[in-house]
Amino acid sequence: MNIENKLLKLSSLEGLVLKLNQDGKQVFAPVKKDNIVNFAPVSAFHEMTQDYIVTARSAKFVVFPRVETILEMQFSKDNITLKDKDLSSIPDAVLLGTRPCDAAGFKVLTSIFEGDYIDNIYVTRLKKTTIISISCNNYDAKCFCTSVNVHPGGTAGSDILLTRIDNDNFLAEIVTEKGKEIVNKFDTLFDIAPDVNKDSLVANVPVEFDLSAILGKIYPRFESDIWVEQSLRCIGCGTCAYVCPTCGCFDIQDVSDGHNGQRKRSWDSCGFDLFTLHSSGHNPRNTQSKRWRQRILHKFVYVPEQDNILGCVGCGRCSRACSVDMNLKEHLINLIGELTK
Amino acid sequence: MDSIRKRARELLEKNTVKVVIGYGVGSDNTVRAIFVRRPEGVEELIFDETCVQNLAVYLLKNEIKQIGKLCIIANISALRTILQLASEHQIHEEELLCLSVTPNGELLEFTGFKDIENYISSCNRDLPDKESEMIKKLEKMSVDERWQFWMNHLSRCIKCYACRSACPMCYCTRCQVEYNQPQWITVEATLMGNFEWQITRTMHLAGRCVNCGECARACPEDIPINLLNYKTVLTVKEKYNISAGTNANIDSVMSSFESDDKENFIR
Repeated sequence: MNIENKLLKLSSLEGLVLKLNQDGKQVFAPVKKDNIVNFAPVSAFHEMTQDYIVTARSAKFVVFPRVETILEMQFSKDNITLKDKDLSSIPDAVLLGTRPCDAAGFKVLTSIFEGDYIDNIYVTRLKKTTIISISCNNYDAKCFCTSVNVHPGGTAGSDILLTRIDNDNFLAEIVTEKGKEIVNKFDTLFDIAPDVNKDSLVANVPVEFDLSAILGKIYPRFESDIWVEQSLRCIGCGTCAYVCPTCGCFDIQDVSDGHNGQRKRSWDSCGFDLFTLHSSGHNPRNTQSKRWRQRILHKFVYVPEQDNILGCVGCGRCSRACSVDMNLKEHLINLIGELTK
Repeated sequence: MDSIRKRARELLEKNTVKVVIGYGVGSDNTVRAIFVRRPEGVEELIFDETCVQNLAVYLLKNEIKQIGKLCIIANISALRTILQLASEHQIHEEELLCLSVTPNGELLEFTGFKDIENYISSCNRDLPDKESEMIKKLEKMSVDERWQFWMNHLSRCIKCYACRSACPMCYCTRCQVEYNQPQWITVEATLMGNFEWQITRTMHLAGRCVNCGECARACPEDIPINLLNYKTVLTVKEKYNISAGTNANIDSVMSSFESDDKENFIR
């Protein structure tokens, strides 16, 4: 559909959050708690903070929870009953205040969960989630969205994109049918859009590197020393993957008390040595440098090749969360230097 | 700073060591670990009060050990870790060379673990003020209040295990949480699983933690998990008069027994 422009007053957001809640939707927005900003359920707009570049953790948990029961089992004397997850139990959700990079991240997750296997749980969750993003009017040193083809005012992945015009008003771009449904349902909250130049309202995030210097060029350097050089200080914790909006790897475990059991999936990280440890004892990625290489290759080689989409949206969360300063933007720039040698 | 660079250069030029693990300038005005392997690289080395990471975490990392004999520029936390690792037979005197700088800027080169012990005995090993106060606050809480405090914090834990990776004493090649036959500790990051993990981590580090605070520094959720460990530091000191990382031959509090031990269940 064509993007339709509306005006949404800041004061109307209070009503919108209230009405969405009354409508039975769970509304998630950035909330500041203990000095850290993360998406959390809100019942009123004022619970949401405006003071954030991006949240510490990504919003992916709404469609890909950190732990989820995907199958239930019942054991009787001579029978096992299996019960798939009841998809109708998945609640309607609204994500408010995602950034354009977050929204773009859902496209990458979708390419993974709707790849060779269609993950109905993910698909249903995403279908039931309306994404109302807010354009960035600020950025920090870890941001590099524009270097990976994501724009601080980009609409990709959002159902509605809000861009702040001034203290009291947002430009609301209605991007999808799902977004339009919200506008139609609560039409008294939206007004006719003013004529504004959106580009002048969003942050001017500088392009820090030339993506074309990386794409299609890394794989021949699979055996390069650069992976060891870059990852000597990496301590192999999984933080980067856990905060990343596009990391979709998970671990599956069965839990049972002998009578009833659940199959659960939890987030996992390719940064862990256990991730690829075979039952034979062999580990094809037995060093941190191989695991670091996998991380870069997955995002910049494998996902683009398989799904024609870049696996990184430049939000910079991995670099902010890293306790040993594994700065992704810097490593990519450094990689380009190596590739052009 | 100059003295460190000068000595590091000599060590590399003479091939006494293959790599110097030290601090360098990181991104956005931060400090990061650097691994200097060529003499000219020593110019990147820095050492000041902002160099807080406990670099001893790298001593047992395979890719670093493989480089060859190493020199570490150690702050107090790293020196204490080295002694504790030596107590646990994880490192040997001849494998590494330690440099440090006193608060007055004097270069220290340790000739062995005994030398480190002597220096550490003169250093302040108290818990940081902020954390000491927090522990006092927690001790004054009722059980319910304390439970709420930890429920509130641990509900955020995403079980990324950054606390484990950042801890230089968490060096098991296969951690308890990674066994799944049987599954001792649930994998899921739920309140129950998070408590199981953090309690296990705390107990496994009791008597071994050198209060460097890396666990809390690494936590992406800013959970003050170091307080759990710091409390055990105080308890072990009080009950057994042992401080981890002060001697290269300390018995493990959790797995050793003295004949005059107050508990008699083992006899």
